[in-house]
Amino acid sequence: MSDSFKLPNIDYAALAPMLILFGVACLGVLVEAAFRRFSRARIQLPLALLGAVAALIVVIATADKRTVTAGGAIAVDGPSLFLQGSILVLGIVALLLIGERTLERGGSFVAQAAVTANTEADRAQAATAEGASEVYPLTMFALGGMMLFSSANDLLTMFVALEVFSLPLYLLCALARRRRLLSQEAAMKYFLLGSFASAFFLFGVAMIYGFAGRVDFRGIDEAIVGSPASPVLLYVGLSMLAIGLLFKAAAVPFHVWTPDVYQGAPTPITALMAACTKVAAFGGLLRVLYVAFGRSQWDFQPVIGTIAVLTMLVGAVLAVTQTDIKRLLAYSSIANAGYLLIGVVALNKDGLSSSLFYLVAYGFTVLAAFGVVTLVRDADGEATHLSRWAGLGRRSPLFAAVFTFILLAFAGIPLTSGFTAKFGVFAAGVESGQTWLVIAGVLSSAILAFPYLRVVVLMWLSEPAESTPSVSIPGALTSAALMIGTLATLALGVAPTLLLPITTKAAEFIR
Amino acid sequence: MQPTTLAEAVSFASPTGALSSFWLLIAIPLVSAAILLLLGRRADKWGHLLGVASVGVAFVLGLVYFFSLSGLKNKAVSINLFEFMPVGGLKVDFGLLYDPLSAVFVLLITGVGFLIHVYAVGYMAHDPGRRRFFGYFNLFVAAMLLLVLGNNYVMLYFGWEGVGLASYLLISFWYLRPSAATAGKKAFIMNRVGDAGFALGIFLLFATLGTVQYDEVFNNIHKLSAGTVTAVALLLLLGACGKSGQFPLQAWLPDAMEGPTPVSALIHAATMVTAGVYLIARSHPIFDASDVARTVVVGIGALTLLIGCVIGCAKDDIKRVLAYSTVSQIGYMFLAVGLGGAAYALGIIHLLAHGFFKAGLFLGAGSVMHGMNDQTDIRRFGGLRKYMPITWATMGLGYLAIIGLFPFSGFWTKDPIILAAFNHEGWLGWVLGSAALLGAGLTAFYMTRLFVLTFHGPKRWTEDIKHPHESPKIMTIPLILLAVGSVAAGGLMATSVVGWLEPVLGTHEEGHGHLGHWTVTALTVVVVLIGAGLGWVLFTKGAALQEQPAGPIVTAARNNLYADTFNEAVFEMPGKYLTRALVYLDNRGVDGLVNGLAAAIGGGSGRLRRTQTGFVRSYAMSILGGALLVVAAMLAVTFG
Repeated sequence: MSDSFKLPNIDYAALAPMLILFGVACLGVLVEAAFRRFSRARIQLPLALLGAVAALIVVIATADKRTVTAGGAIAVDGPSLFLQGSILVLGIVALLLIGERTLERGGSFVAQAAVTANTEADRAQAATAEGASEVYPLTMFALGGMMLFSSANDLLTMFVALEVFSLPLYLLCALARRRRLLSQEAAMKYFLLGSFASAFFLFGVAMIYGFAGRVDFRGIDEAIVGSPASPVLLYVGLSMLAIGLLFKAAAVPFHVWTPDVYQGAPTPITALMAACTKVAAFGGLLRVLYVAFGRSQWDFQPVIGTIAVLTMLVGAVLAVTQTDIKRLLAYSSIANAGYLLIGVVALNKDGLSSSLFYLVAYGFTVLAAFGVVTLVRDADGEATHLSRWAGLGRRSPLFAAVFTFILLAFAGIPLTSGFTAKFGVFAAGVESGQTWLVIAGVLSSAILAFPYLRVVVLMWLSEPAESTPSVSIPGALTSAALMIGTLATLALGVAPTLLLPITTKAAEFIR
Repeated sequence: MQPTTLAEAVSFASPTGALSSFWLLIAIPLVSAAILLLLGRRADKWGHLLGVASVGVAFVLGLVYFFSLSGLKNKAVSINLFEFMPVGGLKVDFGLLYDPLSAVFVLLITGVGFLIHVYAVGYMAHDPGRRRFFGYFNLFVAAMLLLVLGNNYVMLYFGWEGVGLASYLLISFWYLRPSAATAGKKAFIMNRVGDAGFALGIFLLFATLGTVQYDEVFNNIHKLSAGTVTAVALLLLLGACGKSGQFPLQAWLPDAMEGPTPVSALIHAATMVTAGVYLIARSHPIFDASDVARTVVVGIGALTLLIGCVIGCAKDDIKRVLAYSTVSQIGYMFLAVGLGGAAYALGIIHLLAHGFFKAGLFLGAGSVMHGMNDQTDIRRFGGLRKYMPITWATMGLGYLAIIGLFPFSGFWTKDPIILAAFNHEGWLGWVLGSAALLGAGLTAFYMTRLFVLTFHGPKRWTEDIKHPHESPKIMTIPLILLAVGSVAAGGLMATSVVGWLEPVLGTHEEGHGHLGHWTVTALTVVVVLIGAGLGWVLFTKGAALQEQPAGPIVTAARNNLYADTFNEAVFEMPGKYLTRALVYLDNRGVDGLVNGLAAAIGGGSGRLRRTQTGFVRSYAMSILGGALLVVAAMLAVTFG
């Protein structure tokens, strides 16, 4: 047996960022076991941040690496390094939000998730107890999984990575300190529907294996021209894979979980999902479609294009009538998935680079947006109903101004990263002849501007109601996260050349 | 036409010595204006002094530069301070030009401006907004100096808009009075009409010649077709008419008297309103190249001078009479610059002389109002000579200057224009000459009426006035100095300024026309004496206190010859109807469409929202449905 099984050659340097993250995550689990509750939280956050920064440094140091390693399971190339870096940077900012403990005693996470919600014990722990510090290793596992997902070079690795980053997220969603029933419901829904989508993905993997006899992307690519098997297997398999990926990307009609989960999850986790999960999901989608199925682009382009149009329009139209800021941002995130799909469907170098740019720009903005949401609170925690935001500009002009700026960025107003990012994907769409998508994108942007501006009007032009909550003074961590998100949104809008050369250089897959 | 000797190319030298800093002329009042307006109330105590001092310093500098320039061989120096608008093919420098024409304007603006600033210290002494007033006043001086010192049309336009802004701010200075606010808006809007023409003229120059620099434009103007040159000239003329209150844009100028009297004196008599004359004189190579445009200019000048005289005869408000007299006198200047050749210089010297005597008359009127509780109706004055001797004497000298009796300045500057009008060839010469002559007679009549009703005859004061008084020294001294100017300036300028301006306007031989020099002079003197005598006889016994019924001509004149009615009927009403129609279309059509679309999206959103039930089973169902559709679509695309 030992003759036929040879350990594949592994380039540890190329895998180092992921290894660091997984290592830190495991270390975090040990910390949970070894230290008392009080000191754990003080150790976990610096540990997690340190790990993420170390991984980021390695990514930057190996930015020129181009290799396929671990027996062809992992590709380290321009896009994967760029996506890893993006996930790490956005993850660090999200960690700052997760680690914030001055807004609420003990942080935004529940101490013991197993206590039945709304009982006497639960109320007691909601008031005083130190929050769960397991969130940090869970977050590290999720981030590591996302990085693996966007670098996976075969379908099985991809599936494993999908589960590695999904399972911690399911758990994290259930850990809100306040409104725990909503939080648990969200986690349950996310888990059930996520499993459902994973099943589709797995089924797709099986189909593709049936067609190509291999699961690595290069092999699939070769099989598309050479395989004797029925192409029905190929197309059904591709559809199923796409469904699994589009679910994570929150594209219509696989978006249904998004508003409920975004609303129910603890807001820092929502921010993490909106920024990092989106990067990972689109990273995976880009790699599968560009590398493995690039040759059948004429077959899937119209289908994915239709999904893009639906996503943009349904997301925008549904955002119009939302009354909860987190649900509003959820639908906005759905519509943004649609804009990103334009870059994906373009299937050219510009499409790839503009999608990469979009992911980073959107990630920063959405982190800042949810950062502001964590600040607007009353005695019961965050006040997310829009009616409570009326007149916020009078009470806290600074944060209302920051949020206004963020909303303008979402609406794609020039001098914000929202404009340059959208311009990039739209231009790539036009260049590859997908003008119809761009028309739908512009229409959708116009519709979507309405709910954004409605919030702006609400904040500045409405009289503050009796019940308008105050904006809490953020601690250093949230302040830093807000500042990074806002400044990045401004910087990428005013000087997109800070990032454009990097995305352009990174926009080349290897097989 | 007279032959012109402007064959050699226009060229500007670089400044040396003291002249290299002539940009200070603009900078000093501008900085002062900024200080006064930005410091706010903190500067209330000393603001007016700074305002006066800055213009005084500018005047002294103006004298220094004037004498430096007179020592130079090439009497035109130009500097480019910085690149102002480098956009594509358009490169405009912030460039200044100091030549004999600019030099005399600088002296007029800063000299007369200084005297009026001093006067305003007294006139505005009790006004709480005095600092703000001086801030605007200095802003005006800076903008006006920029206007005359620019070395390209964009700089000219920059200053042009600057003085327009200052004029608007100062007309509406007492903005709580609805009439002042309205007058400010009226002036602004009517000026926009002219300014739009001016701007189009500049665009056309740039489009055809690719430059807006004076020297490049003038040296290349012969390359343009006759039609283009005429179009440029007429567009510039439209701008000039707007700023100078010439037909058909004259209606704003009398209303502009709502501003404080020093404003009327400086901006709406002595300097800004003559900017149109400056524009035409400065652009003389363009106007020289188009006979059509010049004919339009003389037509407008002659028509406006008559309009101003006729309305001036019928008005009872002392400042409005003077305002229409300004309209009429600028008509003479337009007539002169339209005649071209040697008459360019006549237009400029009449402008300078007018700057002195009209400023003196306005300030005199202000002094009368000051002593009479701000009464402006000349029917309620009378017999003021005894109470205001200095005002009487200085206004008397200004009066003699404007009607043009020997040896006062009007004689030296207006009579030659009448002569030049008669010298114009063909029947047009007779028409223009007669109009100018008639205007002189009418001017003598209405100015005599004004003067006699104010200072002589029985007292017709309102009851609240017990003791009219002479104004304080700070107001009378500028009056005296301006009066001295009215007496002395004419003869001096008629002999020296024409030669001084030669480098800019060229040398010309005097033409020979329909009537000889002495004939015209004699005729003018006779007509003026008839007009003045008639005025004296009719009004020396005073006038009715109320408006009396009158024939159609006087009624028409009282109503400004229906210019406002005409504007209202021809421009305002169609504009209003158009607006209403557009509003209707917008409400019903555009808004209907937009609102309908918004309602449709909102409704769609509400309906779609219901699919978001919150049940995992229906979510899973929708995912399954979507999956089936995707698979089906993929297969359909591939095998369909």
